[in-house]
Amino acid sequence: MPEINNTLLLIVILLNFFTLGSSRLGACIRAVALQGAILALLPLTVNGLTPHALGLAAGAFAFKGIFIPWLLFRAISEVRIRREIEPLIGYVPTLLLGALSTAAAFIFADSLPLVAEHRGTLFIPTALATLATGFLLLITRRKAITQVLGYLVFENGIFVFGVLLTTAMPLMVEAGVLLDLLVAVFIMGIVMHQINREFSTLNTERLSSLRE
Amino acid sequence: MVTAAFLVATLSLFFSGVPGLLLPRGSVAGERLALAMVVGGSTLGLAAAVGVVLAPAPLLFSYPWGVPGGNFALCLDTIAALFLLPVYVIALLGAVYALGYWPERLNPGTGRRLRLFYGVIVAALTLVLTAASSLLFLVAWEIMALAGYFLITTEEKKEEARRAGFLYLVATHTGTLALLAMFILLGEASGSLDFPYPGALAATGSAAGIFLLALFGFGLKAGLIPLHVWLPGAHAAAPSHVSALLSGVMIKTGIYGLVRLTGFFAEIPPWWGWTLLTLGAVSGVLGVAFAIAQHDLKRLLAYHSVENIGIIALGLGLALLGRSHGLPALALLGLAGALLHVVNHGLFKSLLFLGAGSVIQATGSRQIGGAGGLLRRLPVTGICFFGGAVAISGLPPLNGFISEWLVYLGALHSLHGERALSLAAVVAPTLALIGALALACFVKVFGALFLGAARSAQAAEAREAPASMRWPMLLLLAACAGIGLFPASVFPLLERAAQNWGVEAAGGLLAVAPPWPLTFVAWLLLVLAALLWLWRRRARRQASAADTWGCGYALPNSRMQYTPSSFAALLVDLFRWGLRPERHGGRAEGVLPASASFASHTPDAILDRLLLPLVGGGARACTWLRARIQNGSGGLYLLYVALTLCSLLIFLLLRG
Repeated sequence: MPEINNTLLLIVILLNFFTLGSSRLGACIRAVALQGAILALLPLTVNGLTPHALGLAAGAFAFKGIFIPWLLFRAISEVRIRREIEPLIGYVPTLLLGALSTAAAFIFADSLPLVAEHRGTLFIPTALATLATGFLLLITRRKAITQVLGYLVFENGIFVFGVLLTTAMPLMVEAGVLLDLLVAVFIMGIVMHQINREFSTLNTERLSSLRE
Repeated sequence: MVTAAFLVATLSLFFSGVPGLLLPRGSVAGERLALAMVVGGSTLGLAAAVGVVLAPAPLLFSYPWGVPGGNFALCLDTIAALFLLPVYVIALLGAVYALGYWPERLNPGTGRRLRLFYGVIVAALTLVLTAASSLLFLVAWEIMALAGYFLITTEEKKEEARRAGFLYLVATHTGTLALLAMFILLGEASGSLDFPYPGALAATGSAAGIFLLALFGFGLKAGLIPLHVWLPGAHAAAPSHVSALLSGVMIKTGIYGLVRLTGFFAEIPPWWGWTLLTLGAVSGVLGVAFAIAQHDLKRLLAYHSVENIGIIALGLGLALLGRSHGLPALALLGLAGALLHVVNHGLFKSLLFLGAGSVIQATGSRQIGGAGGLLRRLPVTGICFFGGAVAISGLPPLNGFISEWLVYLGALHSLHGERALSLAAVVAPTLALIGALALACFVKVFGALFLGAARSAQAAEAREAPASMRWPMLLLLAACAGIGLFPASVFPLLERAAQNWGVEAAGGLLAVAPPWPLTFVAWLLLVLAALLWLWRRRARRQASAADTWGCGYALPNSRMQYTPSSFAALLVDLFRWGLRPERHGGRAEGVLPASASFASHTPDAILDRLLLPLVGGGARACTWLRARIQNGSGGLYLLYVALTLCSLLIFLLLRG
């Protein structure tokens, strides 16, 4: 079902742009949650309804689509912030960079020595573009919570790669990656709480006073 | 047999300071034991070196070693023996000298460590000079360098000694880095980490790289300008008998390395010789010019080492040119001059340093300007220092003249070759300039130290050095005079060394450089000097009682004498462009001027005006860059990760 796959992947790319361009934290979290949920469908559309694919899809949906967004919503209601006010690089430049990196991802994916069945699909470019988006979010945003979102988007990129390898990759590895993610988000949540309590802000820049 | 003697001597020297470590501080027994081991080891080593000279062929010794990449290989040939002889002589005499100069009784804090590293550096020196595999050479080289560091920082409580030691450490490690690269290239060229046989390598491919790296690494140790920056401070900061060892033999390992390395190649490109000639001329002239401008006795002597290394480099450059142009007589003269000057400089420079130590002990200061009239208080030191000064100025009848004469002959012999080669004859006037300037410098030093009237209370009360310090100086003076008066006795040795290097001229050295007229002149001068002295002695009874530089004043005082600084001012002004001396004060204004002061100071132009600003600027730029790069913002660090990833991907893309 390549058409469905491509449609889903295109939506993922669009959501990348949405995350890059939006300043409202709530909208961003929803976008990332939606991205996670869509990605959770991919194992099914690629591999059909095998038990392995079903387990993976269910796990990914539960974590990426529901549990982690819920945690993040709780976090922002606790620290009472709604917007990323002043990113290091403005929204429009970030969007332009995102567009550039997406184009670069498409060009680069063309020149990779891929297996015949993956050639011409949107998987590799989408994965690379999503990775780049995650990186951009991590680099350009100041608030700890947007950085967590960047981290999640980054992981989504890895997940797209992983889908190509579902048959080769045991369930345990996938489960491990998801668990990793969860623990990371937990830790980030705790760190956010501490930053907030210590500096009355979530700006990670204050942390630079900790450097040597 | 000879090899065994050599190895036992090396072991004895290496461990000479160890028993002292087990004995309590200030114990005389440890001092005596170390002295006995150094004397025993050196004597045995001397015997081994003589055995090497008498042996019909170079002695090779190879022992399979646990260390990967090479054997414990030694090669005892005449080149090595020529360098070894001064090492043993100076090590032995220096150890005896230390009994009076640095007695354990008066220096309980530093004496044990000084003796430990003194033994270690001598043993490492002998290994450097005999190693026949790159790995052994480098190991011995590093031991030598590190022991040198600890010797220079003997008086580590003084800021000056710490600075000098640090500079030395930086310089020596930079040199070792170059040598490491050089030996890797050499190993690739010859196919093994053992040294190749003389003349076994073709001068193709990496030969230029090998030569340039060796020139840098060995030149840094030898102290060729502009690589001499570490030398004045280090020689000044070390105790005098250590300075004698460092200046007399350690810096010669750089020359040894260049001689040994150039011996490996079958043919020599002409530019090697020209490079060495240029560096030698610059070092010689600037070295002596810097020396004239110094007020610190030991810094002055250290700059003379730079000058003499320049003379040796001139000789070696001529020898290389002789080989490139197929003139064996030129090669023989140049190499013989260079090698003999290595030995001679070792002897007279350590004599001068020991004399300087004796002066410093008597007056308590290294400043030349504070002494004066010491010849009456320290007659033996004075005569020995005078002998050293005559030798270093290249005057007959002492040994410095012989080696410089060989280099002169080489320079004139280059006129026999092709037209392009005749430019090398410029070496002769250069040498003449160096000799004249050295003479002027030692007139200044000897005049200020030993003649005239005392300029300080301490100099007026100075006491002659004890016997343990006088005898080493007298023996060194005797050795200098011996080579000067019987030059033909060392010629066979030099010829054999040249054979080891791959040069053989028809008729040998006696044919190209007949020493008989020279010997005659030397003896004549000696007899004349003796007669003059006797005559003066007889005439002295009627001598007037006026003070030196009295000039008819009724009440002259010691401050009216020429100071060393004013004596040197004319020559220092001639070399302003290179020396950049600094002057402070000295202007007398008005009819009745108020009291004023004057001071002049000549820092090392290359170190203080070129190297330190350059390095300081580099360090500041790096600090600034580090503050930019590591600015504490997590986002930026991620950007670095992303950029690295991107550049790696692009690299893959372009390659694939």
